[in-house]
Amino acid sequence: MLEIINLHAKAGDKQILNGINLTVHAGEVHAVMGPNGSGKSTLAQVLAGHPAYQVTEGQVTYMGQDLLELEPEERARAGVFLAFQYPVEIPGVSNAYFLRAALNEIRKSRGEEEIDPIDFMELVEQKLALVQWGPEIFSRAVNAGFSGGEKKRNEILQMAVLEPRLAILDETDSGLDIDALRIVADGVNQLRRPDKATIVVTHYQRLLNYIIPDRVHVLANGRIVKSGGKDLALELEARGYEWLAEPAVTA
Amino acid sequence: MTTAYLEDFESFTRTGGGRAGWLEELRQAGLERFRKGGFPSGKEEDWRFNNLAGITGTDFRLAGADVSGVRPEDLRPYLFAIPGVSTLVFVNGRYAPALSTPAATPSGVTVRNLAGAFAAHGDLISRHLGQYARLEESGFTALNTAFVKDGLFVHVPPAADTGPLVHAVYVTDGRADGAATHPRNLILVERGGRAAVIESYIGLATGAYLTNCITEAVVGQGAFLEHTKIQRESEQAFHVGTTHLSQGQDSRSLSFSISFGGAIGRNNLDMVLDGPGIESHMFGMYMGRGRQELDNHTSILHAHPNCSTREIYKGILDDRSHGIFNGKIYVTPEAQKTDAKQTNRALLLSDTARIDTKPQLEIFADDVKCTHGATVGSLDPVAAFYLKSRGIGRARARKILTYAFAAEVLEEIPHESVRQQLEAVVMSRLESLAEG
Repeated sequence: MLEIINLHAKAGDKQILNGINLTVHAGEVHAVMGPNGSGKSTLAQVLAGHPAYQVTEGQVTYMGQDLLELEPEERARAGVFLAFQYPVEIPGVSNAYFLRAALNEIRKSRGEEEIDPIDFMELVEQKLALVQWGPEIFSRAVNAGFSGGEKKRNEILQMAVLEPRLAILDETDSGLDIDALRIVADGVNQLRRPDKATIVVTHYQRLLNYIIPDRVHVLANGRIVKSGGKDLALELEARGYEWLAEPAVTA
Repeated sequence: MTTAYLEDFESFTRTGGGRAGWLEELRQAGLERFRKGGFPSGKEEDWRFNNLAGITGTDFRLAGADVSGVRPEDLRPYLFAIPGVSTLVFVNGRYAPALSTPAATPSGVTVRNLAGAFAAHGDLISRHLGQYARLEESGFTALNTAFVKDGLFVHVPPAADTGPLVHAVYVTDGRADGAATHPRNLILVERGGRAAVIESYIGLATGAYLTNCITEAVVGQGAFLEHTKIQRESEQAFHVGTTHLSQGQDSRSLSFSISFGGAIGRNNLDMVLDGPGIESHMFGMYMGRGRQELDNHTSILHAHPNCSTREIYKGILDDRSHGIFNGKIYVTPEAQKTDAKQTNRALLLSDTARIDTKPQLEIFADDVKCTHGATVGSLDPVAAFYLKSRGIGRARARKILTYAFAAEVLEEIPHESVRQQLEAVVMSRLESLAEG
């Protein structure tokens, strides 16, 4: 589904990604871990097309297309979803309006008709159960005045409604208490499908107790320095990142 | 360029001015002041960002008394469906009873047109009219005072149980193209009373005309006034208006100033906190396009201790439009424990739009909390990315974020019907934004 080859990217003058290679198949969950500043969030944002980053080298192929050629909205319409580490507040624009606008853009791009408002409400009501929210969330403005945990839940709600093929969760677990973490993880798990893939970017192993990954990758200095199965996350929890970071610097 | 106004004054006093005594003196004083000083010039500090040539270079003759050119259906898009609202319509500066729908007011409360209120309330009016809008403040005030005739009059006596909700609509129609109107409003809310007043300035004319309006509002001890000014003049018109808000001890006010129209649209908000323990919230929002010049001058005088003011003004400027924000906060040595916060934000949607912004804090007390913040910018690229990452295209994302910028002010308006109308105006303005 996704093939990243030798990806280099910078923000301003600062080189952050130094040759990422990663292949994700449909049905898989990959965890990308690493210390602060290793480039794991940058990787997530580059895949979604964040304007602050410039790709300087390498290729990303998604569903047979050159992902880097696409505008962020085109990537979204093609099924890429980034759950933001810091979701943006949009005062005055209700969640219902925002979600419906997004869903309709995606449907239009697939040649489908706009969703009927009543069907839309029914759809969202089902999805609300995933994040254990009531319908009052519809009329609230997007993320405005939301707590950190509420913002993350809203990302999962959006993901559930938009049904991406490739979901990228950028530190969705940071700042969550254990209950919110469970809600978020349950939401992600219920969306696992053989035709979909998920990349979970996280600093801590904790989230991976709830979302069991197929593969775990460790980033240091903008490169994947180690890959393994789900046990690698536990090893990192026990040993920290230092034993992996050193060789990468000299490599 | 004042001769035309002087001629009009002569016929005005001869034929229609009416009322002898104090009112005649007040008008005469206004005229004298205008004769001597004329219109403000760009050399004056308060007007240095303005280009007033469109006003001073034209003779705007006093609008005629014909109110028959406006039909009820013309007004429908501008009215509010709020239960209990009294709607008073003024056409080309004159009260139009046939278009107005006054509601029953609580006992002792008066809501009517000023010209009709002199007979019963002459003493009360004479004690207040012209006491807050001083002739020396500008040539516009002097000129308005010279032509005082009609406008809104609201009186809430002390400790009235319930307050009125009033919508005053000032319409200029095609018959007043090239003409001037000088609406004059007086709002008196006495001790412990409350009132909500919405003023809408509407242009049904498409040409150039001048609206030169003044509102004097007095909020007594422990009283509450909600005041909203909506400016939807023609985009060729000139609108200069001043709202004076004089507040007594422990009173509260909530004010909005929303501007969409005018080749020049200038709002002055002059707030005097004339007692301790006052709380005031001021919100402003303006949207300019083409070559519009939209100007908000606010002045807050903290003259007593323990008063708090919150001021948030936001502007959205497209094309070659020009925004001006001047926010003065003056804290006298007596006004200890003043808590004043001013925020002014402008969103520039094109490279040729511009804003002049000038916070002006003069603080002579030492135990105060006064802050101001001004930001000027374009849309936040991270916010735009957030919308795009959900599949929303660039043009639509721009509209949504611009709308959100305005909504932060509009959301504070307590009447849903007012909010909805204004949101719809913002939406329709955004639809006309250049794609891409």
